[in-house]
Amino acid sequence: MTNTITPDTSATADISVEEQQFNDLIEADSRIEPRDWMPEGYRKSLVRQISQHAHSEIIGMQPESNWITRAPSLKRKAILMAKVQDEAGHGLYLYSAAQTLGATRDDMTDALIAGKARYSSIFNYPTPTWADMGSIGWLVDGAAICNQVPLCRASYGPYGRAMVRICKEESFHQRQGFEILLELMAGTQEQRQMAQESVDRWYWPALMMFGPPDDDSPNSAQSMAWKIKRHSNDELRQRFVNMLVPQAAVLGVTLPDPDLHFNEQTQQWDLGEIDWTEFHEVLAGRGPNNAQRLQRRRDAHEDGAWVRDAAAAYAIKQTARKQFARTAEMASK
Amino acid sequence: MSDDTVNIDSAGADADDHGHVAVAVTTLDAELIEGTSNATPDIAEYALWLGDDALVLAQQLGAWISRAPELEEDVALGNVALDLIGHARSLLHYAGTATNRTEDDLAYWRTEPDFRSLHIVEQPNGDFAHTIARQFVVSHYVFELYSRLRASADETLAAIAAKAVKEVDYHRDHASQWVLRLAQGTDESRRRMITALSDLWPYVEEIFRDEPLIDRLEGIAVRPSSLRPAFDAAIAPVFAEAEVELPSGFVASGGGRIGKHSEHLAFLLAEMQVLTRAHPGASW
Amino acid sequence: MTTPGDSASEIWPLWEVFVRSNRGLSHVHVGSLHAPDETLAVRNARDLYTRRSEGVSVWVVPAAAITTSDPDAKGAFFESSAGKNYRHASYYSKSEGVKHL
Repeated sequence: MTNTITPDTSATADISVEEQQFNDLIEADSRIEPRDWMPEGYRKSLVRQISQHAHSEIIGMQPESNWITRAPSLKRKAILMAKVQDEAGHGLYLYSAAQTLGATRDDMTDALIAGKARYSSIFNYPTPTWADMGSIGWLVDGAAICNQVPLCRASYGPYGRAMVRICKEESFHQRQGFEILLELMAGTQEQRQMAQESVDRWYWPALMMFGPPDDDSPNSAQSMAWKIKRHSNDELRQRFVNMLVPQAAVLGVTLPDPDLHFNEQTQQWDLGEIDWTEFHEVLAGRGPNNAQRLQRRRDAHEDGAWVRDAAAAYAIKQTARKQFARTAEMASK
Repeated sequence: MSDDTVNIDSAGADADDHGHVAVAVTTLDAELIEGTSNATPDIAEYALWLGDDALVLAQQLGAWISRAPELEEDVALGNVALDLIGHARSLLHYAGTATNRTEDDLAYWRTEPDFRSLHIVEQPNGDFAHTIARQFVVSHYVFELYSRLRASADETLAAIAAKAVKEVDYHRDHASQWVLRLAQGTDESRRRMITALSDLWPYVEEIFRDEPLIDRLEGIAVRPSSLRPAFDAAIAPVFAEAEVELPSGFVASGGGRIGKHSEHLAFLLAEMQVLTRAHPGASW
Repeated sequence: MTTPGDSASEIWPLWEVFVRSNRGLSHVHVGSLHAPDETLAVRNARDLYTRRSEGVSVWVVPAAAITTSDPDAKGAFFESSAGKNYRHASYYSKSEGVKHL
């Protein structure tokens, strides 16, 4: 690694043995496992990041599940269902990883539906057209994969392992999105317009998914020192745009940035100014669909309460029955 | 290779730090079960019966994804819906061979009277108990049906049934597990489960009604009325364990197999077909 | 010590999931899930962790039933096996090159 800030281990004199061990493991690029000693800040930071990531998967089901019932062919319907179902699965893998740090699913869910937890703002944008299924796959999942692949090497073992599984499964998500757009761009005039209009709406929000610019990202430095995060926001964003440009050419869509140009010196694509005011608006809960997304999650959770209670009550009764049967059997011998 | 290379174990996928994920060549199972010959008009009609049931039910279950009582159940219902959409595609594809139409022509371009679904699959999702009651009845019926259809003289129908029956076996188990838990969970869940079963029971009769088509497909189709004893025998132990009485009451008129449908189907089709119909001739 | 993450306060308990990917291989830990009882736990595990034919067999274990070694004592706990190289075939270097050994 050339670009990471190494943890400050110079002042070894006044740190505990456990902390030294922790620092050594991080330094050696080894993994931290659930019951290891870890600094409170590391634990908190992980719980925050992993649960936000899990919430994003769960809320992220909604903009796409909107189209399951209206998918324009049975094949697309099957693909979309499988994809949204994967997102539930990925949320579960991540909640499972967060749970190893002592955060319970119940608590995390409560925080989410109470509006106290964050999730990726991208899912607060609406999906008015079918082409949005393409743009979400190509741009949103594409950006997510850029962010996630390095996380497979996150220093916290369960997080890294969950991410490996997720990245493996998500490999189809981006491709199916790209192919939706490809199909539309090869279609009728109306379909091509639908595709371009959708790309126009999703391009900038997708770039904002990498987070604020490096000089304005409060948590980044510490996360990188702890090797939870491996690359800076701007670095990942730049990589993403470099990948998108040739892909957009294959599709025949225009990326909605008049200032986008190839920089011969850096051999990178320089992008225009990002309008962060919009990002902060959406982050502050004033995006087009924030309230709706939360309400739907809240409804699903609350409407399901009687089912969860029923199953829990049944389990208790069954255990009691089995114990009673065993006691009776013993007594009869 | 950069330091972000991730070896993604046994599936043979590999991702580099640019997020390119190369997937190793894997042998992919056929999505659709296809026969070698075209369906006759009668066989096509029968394939529509079964295909439309699967399609309508898949469409209904698809609406649950992201709304289930717990996330694990989103995944479980999603699996059932995906199995059903697979059955629907195979059956509609086969039905289409009689008239040179595709699965999508049949799913998206037929209107309500041309659908052949049973009223029971058209009943709305309701609460989770209603969905489970519907799943319970339909998957027990379909399991008995596909078990016998495996021996059909029509090879394509037999092959579709042979694959589908294993999946439906799981659907039947999933629904039975939930009937037990809801019926024997809390007072509220018991009340809801019993209500759901009695709301649904009027539509059970239609499932087992024979139509003239069946007489013309001796040895190929499964006679619906012949499934009733096996169906009754299969559900009885679950009702007994759940301590629920078999609902009784009126019998709904039915008519799905001859194109007379419940009010619900038109809404369901309107939603399902809206985009496709706005773009005639387009491919997706 | 129990597995991290188990909490008595949750209405559906936590289960750890182990999947055997093929005959001849061990079950390997893949993650956890929530389920009200063992019957649904094993079904949820099938639905969640074998969507892409990853397994031929699944184990579920209540997280609360797992006892782990104490991580704080890990140095000492696993010290004994170090320094006993004679448990490894490569210790016996003189037989190197002799066939069928």
